[in-house]
Amino acid sequence: MELNAQKRGQRLFVQLAGELDHHSAEQTRIMLDTLLRDITVRELILDLSGMSFMDSAGLGVILGRFRKLSMRGGKLVVKGMNASVDRIFQMSGLYAIVERQ
Amino acid sequence: MYNEMEIRFLSLSGNEGFARAVASAFASQMNPSIEALSDIRTAVSEAVTNAIIHGYEQRDDRLVCMQMTIDNDLLTVTVRDDGCGIDDIELARKPFYTSKPELERSGMGFSVMEAFMDTVSIVSEPHKGTTITMQKRIRHGT
Repeated sequence: MELNAQKRGQRLFVQLAGELDHHSAEQTRIMLDTLLRDITVRELILDLSGMSFMDSAGLGVILGRFRKLSMRGGKLVVKGMNASVDRIFQMSGLYAIVERQ
Repeated sequence: MYNEMEIRFLSLSGNEGFARAVASAFASQMNPSIEALSDIRTAVSEAVTNAIIHGYEQRDDRLVCMQMTIDNDLLTVTVRDDGCGIDDIELARKPFYTSKPELERSGMGFSVMEAFMDTVSIVSEPHKGTTITMQKRIRHGT
């Protein structure tokens, strides 16, 4: 999993590239939570255009970060989903919770 | 056309990607659409992850067995572990249910398998193991 982050004001832009499954979930979670330790972050924008695979473990990572941000009144936005990532997001009802750009 | 294969691999999380790649390569012979292939890959990933996390409780020195058959347009994938088994299969199938909330799992594993494959059957015996059998009909270019 490759991660590229850039902060602009209260917004944190993160590009994720690779495969997000149970194997890479832990490392991804730690990297994102390290970035979210900055309490001035109110909005996390995940650019998933470089993501080639995601399963329910990946959903767990996204939902967990969503909860974290919700608790501080922030929000999570996802963008750049390819067809297969979009399919699991649709199927799971994730779009009812996180914002899609 | 009939074809079958079987592989066994250690219950290392790094082998989840390996199992997906093998399943995808084998199923490619059926000339599936990109979408169908993506569904198979995701369902296999869920089944193998379940075996590793739940069946073997993240021990990485056990074996997961994956068998696949192609019978004309019918693909069957079986993922088996000899782990701890599932106490309550009906509960495990429920969307958002997870027996391991501390791992921040989404609880969507079986729901994903059911959504992406035509049929999913679970046979499990406590302390003996779990076998998940999934089938999908592949029509050319669909």
